[in-house]
This record gives sequence, structure tokens and C-alpha cells, in this order.
Amino acid sequence: MSSEFRQPAHLIAPTDDLTAGERRRLIESMRPSDAEGVPELHEVDIPDELREQIEEMMSRYPQLRSASIPALWAVQRHYGWCSPEGIRQAAAVMGVTPAYLQSVASFYDLFATEPVGRHRVLVCTNISCWMRGGDGLLEAFCEASGADAHEASHHGASSPDGEFFVKGFECLGACDLAPMASIDARYYGPLDDDDAAAALDALRSGAEPLPDKALPKRAAAGGPEPTPDPRLEGTDVA
Amino acid sequence: MPETRVLFRHIDDPQLATIEGYRRHDGYKALERAFRELDPSDLLAAFEDSGLRGRGGAGFSMGKKGSFLPRGEMRKYVCCNADESEPGAFKDRELMMKNPHQLIEGVAIASLAVGASHAFIFIRGEYWEVADILDRAVAEAYEANYLGPNVVNSGAKVELVVHRGAGAYICGEETALLDALEGKRGNPRLKPPFPAIEGLYGGPTLINNVETLSNLPHIVNNGANWFKSFGTEQSPGTKVVSVSGCVERPGNYEVELGIPSRELIFDLAGGPAEDRRVKAWFPGGSSSPVLTEAELDLPYTFEDLAEAGSMLGSGSIIVADDTVSVPELALRTARFYHHESCGKCTPCREGTNWTVKMLERITRGEATPMDLEIIASVQENIIGHCLCVLGDSMAMPVGAMVAKFRDEFEAAIEAARRPGAGDFDLSPIDRPLTTGVSAP
Repeated sequence: MSSEFRQPAHLIAPTDDLTAGERRRLIESMRPSDAEGVPELHEVDIPDELREQIEEMMSRYPQLRSASIPALWAVQRHYGWCSPEGIRQAAAVMGVTPAYLQSVASFYDLFATEPVGRHRVLVCTNISCWMRGGDGLLEAFCEASGADAHEASHHGASSPDGEFFVKGFECLGACDLAPMASIDARYYGPLDDDDAAAALDALRSGAEPLPDKALPKRAAAGGPEPTPDPRLEGTDVA
Repeated sequence: MPETRVLFRHIDDPQLATIEGYRRHDGYKALERAFRELDPSDLLAAFEDSGLRGRGGAGFSMGKKGSFLPRGEMRKYVCCNADESEPGAFKDRELMMKNPHQLIEGVAIASLAVGASHAFIFIRGEYWEVADILDRAVAEAYEANYLGPNVVNSGAKVELVVHRGAGAYICGEETALLDALEGKRGNPRLKPPFPAIEGLYGGPTLINNVETLSNLPHIVNNGANWFKSFGTEQSPGTKVVSVSGCVERPGNYEVELGIPSRELIFDLAGGPAEDRRVKAWFPGGSSSPVLTEAELDLPYTFEDLAEAGSMLGSGSIIVADDTVSVPELALRTARFYHHESCGKCTPCREGTNWTVKMLERITRGEATPMDLEIIASVQENIIGHCLCVLGDSMAMPVGAMVAKFRDEFEAAIEAARRPGAGDFDLSPIDRPLTTGVSAP
């Protein structure tokens, strides 16, 4: 995943009464059998950086459980996937059971609950992309990476060299770029089948794939500003 | 009719995403005025008076929704729904990526109007690079005191957190969004109580779409009557419409509501390729019942599309031209909802699953015309029987496709049943179909 922008710490007003006491109270409110499942911090060997990230996330919300998705993102960034070990570490910081975080991780498509290739390629195969060749593009990425095409169109597949994870994905919200792909969480499109191999070659050499087809390069479809409506005159409010 | 850009004004100014660029176009003037001079109840009254209807799908009056929240001191919340995941919709992405401060200003104004001190923007995890831009803009707004414990020294507090989802269409459903924001699996809740009474962390919560909230600074600056001078009586304002599929220039176009749909599809988006015709079109995302070529002249408004048996939804047009097989289109649509069903309610979980299986049977030559009756009855038994409308969102378009293109389904069933026909080609549709399932 790309680097996440971190809000400067001094700008985050502490949210309400979130303290170590809250964590304790939360555990005490659980059934004893559930509380038993919460790992103690000293029982897990969590990297300092990961612990700090999760704690910073917890401080952003009025209730600390809201940090479960951000915590899983942090785990996935650190380990490349939501590993059982990483989930246990996050659970210890948050004061929840690993099973709870596992249940959350398994709900969401973007969390990998098993190891996956280093670079993530999600190819949209939904209606608009399908009508413009999304299936062929997915095949092209599979061919170029060596990932299994059948698996890729269902649950996703990694390439044998572990470099790439390719998955046919539901609508990515970029039908204007159809057919398109999300490569390491950045959008590119519209893509030709030939772009697949070029993108993967660029990734192998550490370069940005297909810079000309990156989403931020795209101007509004309607072209330059039309003559402003008279009603907009003098109401220049961006 | 050309575009009418209000939300999209200066959209391609590369500086617009920065706070200086936004302020150069008078950004944050509405916020300063609202926090320093205006009474929250007057704000809500102005929003209601403007007639602004929710731009996320349901089209409910924004001001009315805000007025459902109880008054007085208590923990209330504002959630911006930026989980745009409906196939065909991509307007919020461009609005947030190119003009994040317009949204932040709108969120802060909405928070003031309903008396909320905490606000969240729930953005889908796939929009990672957009969320990075939002995070940067939020930090700028904090620095400029447009967010924080004492917004523009007015004494009001607004904390704003950008919360990234992790890939689940269901989180666009408002109560599932709340569960996801509370750190749970995103399952919808039973309503009532509605979020306005009991929402996030059990507190009263206002949930609005990105585009809805982005409209608020403009209403504060120019007034409700100005807003009503755009669009129609029941659908005032402008709308950013995402047009995609078989058109020459797919993209977002901001138009006055009431524009003929044909102008949107043909004049602005360029229409289908030469020699091709529009066969079917979704007027409001993949969950809206499809319309036909004969219905292209419908005015693009909430009321006209509802009267035609469909809906404006999120304002996302998907065009299928005459090379597209409707049974395959139905299958693609159904597969999406089958994948995204959270599994909580039986009619949706089983209904989406069986609809996919039955549509696949058509393609395998195992279906009979009677199966069309069963498909139609399954759709009827989903609608209105679940906690949320995800199942309905499949049942409505699939039901409409079977009803309006029955001949094509029957031809597909027959063609696939002919000895030696084999499976018809489910993959790229730019090749002519060999089984003749696509009606001319």
C-alpha cells in the first residue's frame, strides 16, 4: 500500500475519555471466557512502529473499537497481509480478541487473510468495464504475471514468483476510465491489453507503472469551463 | 444544453485541492459566515427551503433529514457517505479528488446545523489516493482553524476524521456504514430506530452523500431561492451525472436537473459508437430498473424517472448498445449483488445466489422459458423483505430486464438449447456473438 498521510499529532484533539482505563473497563465488561482471549501486550512481540500507529488510530475516535479497520490496514501495511500474528498483536493493543479482528478482516474484500503477491493489481470486471473489455484486460494481467486466470477471476491469485497479486474486482468507481485497474492502490485507465505487461515490467524495475494513464492526469470529461451561467455571475464560490 | 457547473466550477484548476487555491475562489466564506453569524436552525430551514434532495440514491430532502435530529446538548454525529460503490457511479471520486475543501466546508456547515461536534468521512478503501488528498486537506483545514475545538473562534467544535473502509459495497447502506465505522463487520441494522435518532455510538446521526454536502456552501452563500432557480420544482439544483458504458466520452457532467436524458447521453457523453444504437440504459446506477431507447427523452429528474418506473438514484447512467446481450448484462448485474450481499437476510442472500445460478443456466442451455417466470418471482420475493435494499437493488434491474427484453431472453434460451450450440460466449462482447442471442 502507498504511504498513508499522517495528520500532524498536535492537530488531533484528543477524543473524549479514551484511556488505558477504558481498555480495562472494556475487557472487564466482557464475559470471562471472552476476556480470557484478549492477549496481554507483554504476551505479543509487537513492533513499536506498528503499536504506535494503532494507538494513534485509537486516539482519533470517540470509541476505540472504531479503530479496528484502520488497525487492520496498519497490520496489512506492516506484514503485507493480515497475518494471524499481526492480528493478535493488534488485538492486544486494542483490547479485543483476535477472533473479533479476524471476523472483521474476513468481511472486507481488501484485507488479505492469506499471504499474497507484493504488488496488488485489481482489475474491474463490472458492467461498464466489462462492456469495454475488462475481462480481456484481466486475462492480460494474468498472462503477463503468470497468475492463474481462473483463480484470479474468483478469489484472486498470486504470481508464482510472489511479485504480483491479480484479482478481478467488483466496480472500483472508475467507469469513466473503463477498462481500468487499481495497481498498488492507484487507479489507471483506460488500459489496452498491452498495457498489462508494460505495467508489470515497470513495477519489476521499481518504476511507476503507466504514468500517463494515472487517474490524477485526467481532466473533467466536459472539457474546458463552459461559459458561466448568468446565475453564477458574482457567486464565485469555487 | 451545455453543462451548468456549480460544484464542478474551476474543477480543473490544479490549485483547487489546496486551501489557498480554494480560498482564491472564495472558499470557506460560507463557513465563516455560518459559524459567526447564522443560527443553526436558520441554516436547517434554508436547506429545507432550498429543496436539496440527497444525491446518494434515495433523494430524500436533506434539510428535513437534518431536522429529524433532536435539538439540544448531546453527542451527535455527522457522517459523510463517501463509500461510492454502486456500479456506474464515480462522481464523488472526482468531487473529492479535485475539490476536497468544498466537501470539508459542507461537512462543517452540516455539523453546525445539527449541533454535532464529531464528523466522519467514510470513504471506500479502494479510493486510497483520494483519501490521501482528503487527509491532506483536513490537516490544512485544521491548521486554518476551519476544523477543531473552536472553529473560526466561534466557540463551536467540529472534529473531522477521514475513515477508510476496506472494500464492501454494503457499507454504502447507512446503517451498515455506521457498523463499519464502529469497527464491526458492515451489516445493516433494523430500522427504526433511524440514524437520526439512534445512529453512530447510539447518538443522533446525520448521514449525507458527498455531493449533497458539497452543495451546502453554495446554498449558504447564495440562498435557497438561488438554488431553486436551477432544475425543476421537485428536483432543484444541479447534479453531477456519471455517464459510462457504450458512449464515446464517458465521464462526469454537471447539469441542471430536468435536462433531457438524450442530451446527457448523446450531446455531452457522445452517445454510442457510429452505427450503434442504445439498447438499454440504467438511469441511476446498476440498481435502477433499465430503460429502453424509447425512453431516452425522459427529463432527467427524480420525479420523471420514478414515474417511468425507474429512479435517478445516485445519478449514474450506464449505456448498453445493441452489441450487448441483455441476459449477459443481467448476469453481470446479479453477480455483483450476489458477491456484495452481506448474508444477513435470507431473501437477499439466497435470492441473489439463485438468480445468478438461474441466469447461468440460460447460458448453459439448461433453462426453459418457464425459468423466466421463476426468475421474475424470485425478484418479487426479495423486494421489501430485507433489512436493507441491497437485494432490491438486484431484483429491480433484473426484473426490469426480464420484463422489457423477454424476447431476447427467450431467444437466448432457445439458441443455447439448440444441439451443438455450446456455451455462448460470456467474455468480451466486442466480438459478435455467434449464437445469435443478441437481438438486432
